[in-house]
Amino acid sequence: MAIYSTPNVRISGISACVPKNIKHNKDYTWISEKERKNLIKTIGVESKHHVKKGTATSDLCYVSADGLIKELDWDRSEIDLLIFVSQSRDYLLPATACILQERLGLSHTCVALDVNMGCSGYNYGMSVITSMMSNGGFRKALMLTGDVSSIGSHRDKTVFPLFGDAGTATAFEYKKGATDMHFNLQTDGKGYKAIIIPEGGFRSLPSNKSFKYKSYGKGIIRHRVHVSLDGIEVFNFSLREVAPNIKKLLKYTDQKIGEFDYVVFHQANYLMNNTIRRMLKIDEEKFPFSLKNYGNTSSASIPLTIVTQLKKEVETKKLSILMAGYGVGLSWGSNTVELDKITCPDIYIYEDYKEKYGINKI
Amino acid sequence: MKIEEFIALLEEEFDDDIKPGTLKPETGLDEEMELTSVNALILISMIKVEYDVTLNAKELNKCNTVNDLFKTVQKKL
Repeated sequence: MAIYSTPNVRISGISACVPKNIKHNKDYTWISEKERKNLIKTIGVESKHHVKKGTATSDLCYVSADGLIKELDWDRSEIDLLIFVSQSRDYLLPATACILQERLGLSHTCVALDVNMGCSGYNYGMSVITSMMSNGGFRKALMLTGDVSSIGSHRDKTVFPLFGDAGTATAFEYKKGATDMHFNLQTDGKGYKAIIIPEGGFRSLPSNKSFKYKSYGKGIIRHRVHVSLDGIEVFNFSLREVAPNIKKLLKYTDQKIGEFDYVVFHQANYLMNNTIRRMLKIDEEKFPFSLKNYGNTSSASIPLTIVTQLKKEVETKKLSILMAGYGVGLSWGSNTVELDKITCPDIYIYEDYKEKYGINKI
Repeated sequence: MKIEEFIALLEEEFDDDIKPGTLKPETGLDEEMELTSVNALILISMIKVEYDVTLNAKELNKCNTVNDLFKTVQKKL
């Protein structure tokens, strides 16, 4: 059973970046007004940020990382480890983390690797990075998470209104005696088709046929290099698995859910998150949402929620936080973490940052 | 579990669309309740929270009326 702890690592800072372009769901005329209103209320997304063509997840993560490094006043040569968690990487190969190592001006002695995970990516990435750091081999590390999901079909009502684009950075430091992080991570590959881009990978290489649009029901038209989402399957999976996963973690840590200052969930959709909240009896005021203005931003959603909803709190207080991510894979997990007066800059807007400070391209 | 209670819960959950007292066991889910994909999620969530019963897409698709839905939930209790 994958329940374990990683000692001696602290989070020093969290930052997030979104593109400037905002899409409002009230303007999503692909569906009727009544359905649109109902959809907005249920998924909880009024608007979200979408990249312009040509901007990738790595660009948003670059800005988050560059800004955070400056805020922390870190010497770039001291960053030993860079992990890029995303399912929208720059190329099928090489790993995007390698490109970001160069763009961010990190040293050649820096370990850089990609972790290919989505909704559970923040929890999984954190388990990988803190496990690598726990014994003191790495002193400073960056985890970049996020996705550009707006490339899905505009004529697919199950996908388009839900997803937003974002890229985040989380800074980790080795600190002997830092409060342990505890993880409970799980997988069920049987459900791999529930959220999938069916073609374009090595299992089925893209062909002309891949790009042929097809109708999959009322209001659902897409091709086979678009993401497909089986809403009911994912919904049922989350209602079935997330609460027991968290309960097991809390049994292991011997804590009650009410002891945490905040419970930050992956921003899947409002109905799903709120149902799980009710099942676990979590107070509403301890359960922040960023869905309304940012949508579901995949592995960026937990840090984005912290930056946009808890900035003042995390900057000034010592907080005990429970996190959970769940979705594509199917993959899910929860973890505990202490945030002790961390650096948390205001959310970056990609185009504004680029204009003000410039960005490195290679 | 009685069907009257089940109907009352449905009317409460979908109070924007359904007037109290208008839902009947024979009401059709698709046409009259307009069970769109989003409403299906609301329904699944309600049934999970109220009865701790999980309905999958296949089971839901087999239900044509409120009564079908009630019976499906009842079987899984």
